[in-house]
Amino acid sequence: MIPLSWILAFSLALFFIGLFGAIARKNAISILMGIELMLNAVNINLLAFWRYLYSAHMNGLVFIAVVFAVAAAETAVGLALIISAYRNRRTITAGDFDSLKG
Amino acid sequence: MAIEKLLWLIPLPPLIAFVLISLGANRSRGLSHSLAVAGAGLSWLGSMFVFWKALQVKDLTGFPIISTINWLPMGAEWLKVGIRIDPLSAVTLFFVAWTILCIFIYSIGYHNYNAPAGVHDQPGLPPHGALHTSDEGKIIHVPSVEPMYARFFGLISLFAFAMYLLVISDNLLTLYIGWEIMGLCSYLLIGFWYAKPSARDAAVKAFLTTRVGDVFMLLGLAALYTSTGSLSYDVVFRPDVVVQLAAIPTGVFGLSLAGLSGLLLFIGTVGKSAQFPLHIWLPDAMEGPTPVSAMIHAATMVSAGVYLAVRAFPLISAGWTPGSPLTPPMMVLAVIGTFTAFFAASIAIAQNDIKRVLAYSTISQLGFMVAALGVGSYTAAVFHLFTHAFFKALLFLGAGSVIHGMEHGALAEDDPVDVQDMFHMGGLRKTMPLTFWTFSAGGLSLAGFPLLTAGFWSKDEILSGAFSGRFWVVFIVLAITALITAFYTARQITLTFLGTPRSQAAGHAQENKPIMTYPLVVLAVFAIGAGWIGIPAGFPLTGAHQAGWIITFLSPMNPLEGHSPEVFSSLPLVVSLVVSIGGLYLGWRVYRGYQAGQVDPVERALGPVFSLLKQKYYIDEVYSAIFIRPARWMAEIFTALWLDNRIIDGMVNGLSALMPALGSLLRNGFDKPVISNGGDALGNRLIHWGQILRKVQSGRIQQYMLYTLWVIVVSGMVVFYLMGRG
Amino acid sequence: MTAVQIVFLAVAALTLAAAVMVVSLRRMMQSALALILALVGVAVIFALLGSGFFAVSQVVVYIGAIAILIIFAVMLTQNSMSPEHSQMNPGFLYAALGSALLFSSLVFILSMWVGFYAIPVNLDPSVDTITVLGLSLTDPQGFALPFEIVSVLLLAALIGGIYIARDHHRD
Repeated sequence: MIPLSWILAFSLALFFIGLFGAIARKNAISILMGIELMLNAVNINLLAFWRYLYSAHMNGLVFIAVVFAVAAAETAVGLALIISAYRNRRTITAGDFDSLKG
Repeated sequence: MAIEKLLWLIPLPPLIAFVLISLGANRSRGLSHSLAVAGAGLSWLGSMFVFWKALQVKDLTGFPIISTINWLPMGAEWLKVGIRIDPLSAVTLFFVAWTILCIFIYSIGYHNYNAPAGVHDQPGLPPHGALHTSDEGKIIHVPSVEPMYARFFGLISLFAFAMYLLVISDNLLTLYIGWEIMGLCSYLLIGFWYAKPSARDAAVKAFLTTRVGDVFMLLGLAALYTSTGSLSYDVVFRPDVVVQLAAIPTGVFGLSLAGLSGLLLFIGTVGKSAQFPLHIWLPDAMEGPTPVSAMIHAATMVSAGVYLAVRAFPLISAGWTPGSPLTPPMMVLAVIGTFTAFFAASIAIAQNDIKRVLAYSTISQLGFMVAALGVGSYTAAVFHLFTHAFFKALLFLGAGSVIHGMEHGALAEDDPVDVQDMFHMGGLRKTMPLTFWTFSAGGLSLAGFPLLTAGFWSKDEILSGAFSGRFWVVFIVLAITALITAFYTARQITLTFLGTPRSQAAGHAQENKPIMTYPLVVLAVFAIGAGWIGIPAGFPLTGAHQAGWIITFLSPMNPLEGHSPEVFSSLPLVVSLVVSIGGLYLGWRVYRGYQAGQVDPVERALGPVFSLLKQKYYIDEVYSAIFIRPARWMAEIFTALWLDNRIIDGMVNGLSALMPALGSLLRNGFDKPVISNGGDALGNRLIHWGQILRKVQSGRIQQYMLYTLWVIVVSGMVVFYLMGRG
Repeated sequence: MTAVQIVFLAVAALTLAAAVMVVSLRRMMQSALALILALVGVAVIFALLGSGFFAVSQVVVYIGAIAILIIFAVMLTQNSMSPEHSQMNPGFLYAALGSALLFSSLVFILSMWVGFYAIPVNLDPSVDTITVLGLSLTDPQGFALPFEIVSVLLLAALIGGIYIARDHHRD
């Protein structure tokens, strides 16, 4: 069988690739994609811990369902924001949205 | 239906009303207010039913109505949320339901439903009035409908939801959620007429000032949660838990953990209930529409603050038994309460704005309640909270009615006076009789007019509490404050309603529609009658051996119950009789002959002290000098020094900019004598570091994320290294 | 090495490669397609972990809804950024370095944890996981309240999404 360590290493790698994408990419849609990757990594973790250590509890599985819902909500609102920003400013470069500059 | 299930539903109707109004019902004014009033009405109905059921429970303190549900799994444990009706929340629920319903109905009239829309009215400003062709074909100037009518009802519904949530919740977490929603609503409603700069400033001030208290309150919640693992009242206020907490020293001012967390929660109360030194927001909150003032001052905000202090009383009073000297936390309450009561009452004497007088009287009365808690009179504090909610709601709605009538007169006569200034009023007794009678009922209750009014009984209870505990300073100061209270109440009623009109607007003021006056009548009934349920045992005239219902109902909740010597003494009674009658008489006597244009008689009597009072002891100016101006000065120096320097993109460029800066520093340090160029180098260094610091605030979300990532990397490594060593 | 392990390694490698493509390709459309590939890989991992239900949900929700939504957004905003220029922010190396550091140190720390080498217990075949999950989602003593709150959250996101994306100038 697959050891837990493999799965955790895999999900960690996926998480940090997503994190890198969210930080480093210019395009605002890329930030959302990076966040999706991170959420997926979290889900893998939750499922793995449920399967390997806590298969009697439902907490992990419920959290996966919640993460699904949150991901859907986040994408819907995030993309709406991006499209609205694009309509107003004709750009989706995340670095151009800096009206909060100090 | 099981009563627990009904209880869950109580806060929901106003929330649903809010959602519906925001989502679409706002296109129709009538629909909006129907939804809001229906929501408040349903909650009222539910609350009355629950209250009635709660009365039938034999030992409600021992067996409160409770229902909990799982919210969040915390490992093997669950974070639970739930509802709870014990005597304290039952009584609170009762007055909250009544006052909220009355305020909602009143608001329909106050915002001139069915009046024509004004030509110049715009959202964000109070309506200016409209021209209207009367039946005889004459064109007259009449009040116009509020431009943001639906928005008002939506927000005030949310406000009501938050208060209901706060009252019925069985744990500090949902209480805190309701608390914060109320903070938001008060911000939005105080700044309801956001196009007025003063309203904007008042909204920001209220939000920020209460926030100061909320932060400490959150700390208190955190302290309680970490030490007990729960925020449920059942756990954190259980006697054995409190005893445990009281045994843990914290090292902060020598307080025990119970005392410290109780005091932190109390600072939340200081912010929300506008106690000194965080009282400054409440008078400015008058910028909102008058129903909002009534909402904030009676039904919700400030009551919530005192409610929290009463809830936290087991913690605050931990380790104290009646008869012994006050413990530090109790001392804090007694001092802050007494001082605030006196301080605010003295300011109220010198105010001319009818609402501002009431605002300071609210602060003062809240001070009474806090002081009552400070001397251990638990039931007296709750009782006064109960009666105060009714008569203060009545007074504010009455003041709103006066202002509304004055506006009517001012529009009809084109007399541009300040319609809130009492010195432009007078003689409204004849034109607005119903408002006069109800307002007087509220005023007399506030002044504690003997035997008849609710305020007398509850205030007497507080005074006798201070007296029987032998807290002479508290007793004397509160008695003097009661005298001042009666005085400024008489001043207000005399200036507003008695005598002859001192302006054309006052001469042509008009009684309001029944939709505004009937809620006043309802509240007036309570402002008079709500005290009779709290007549102390052994009172001479009634001769009852049994204390009033509310006292026996509430006293099992008192953590000190069983210790307190319930001795009836006639001295505090005589004192409250004398101060209230005397103050009222004095106020009436001084102001009865006041003519337009004269100097305020109190100003003549007090001289320079008067201007000190009028300027509210210059507290706002002091705060401005201590907190606001330095902050602004820093901002200006920072911007003046560094604004001209351009920001260079990204962290790479930032580092490359740092290198020449360091290089030039080194060159200056080595090549040139430090003495001749030291000043320049210092300046340059400041500018360069400033440039680097400014780049942190790039406004770019990804850059912030990058900083966060590196902070986690570095701090994680530091922690790991330290753990490996330790 | 068993067959399952080989399948896992292959899928994991494919998924990570697709994820790297998501964050490195210049054309947004290509990286959106790579995202779909990565999501499929995660679905396979779910199946390998014994949760067919979430594998299917992953395909339906993530690929069927979220990825498609992202592709639409990419198409709507296509002419805003030309693929000739770099898609990376200045300073992306710092992000890569930070991520790599944190990744390796987390793996290092985890390797000292005993649970890291756990092998899966055999699930009780008589217990139907989906049934238990469904019951606990609707049980008031279970997760009924969080579940309902999630539904409210979705509704709020729905309404908020419509409201934000609406063209306010044309009203």
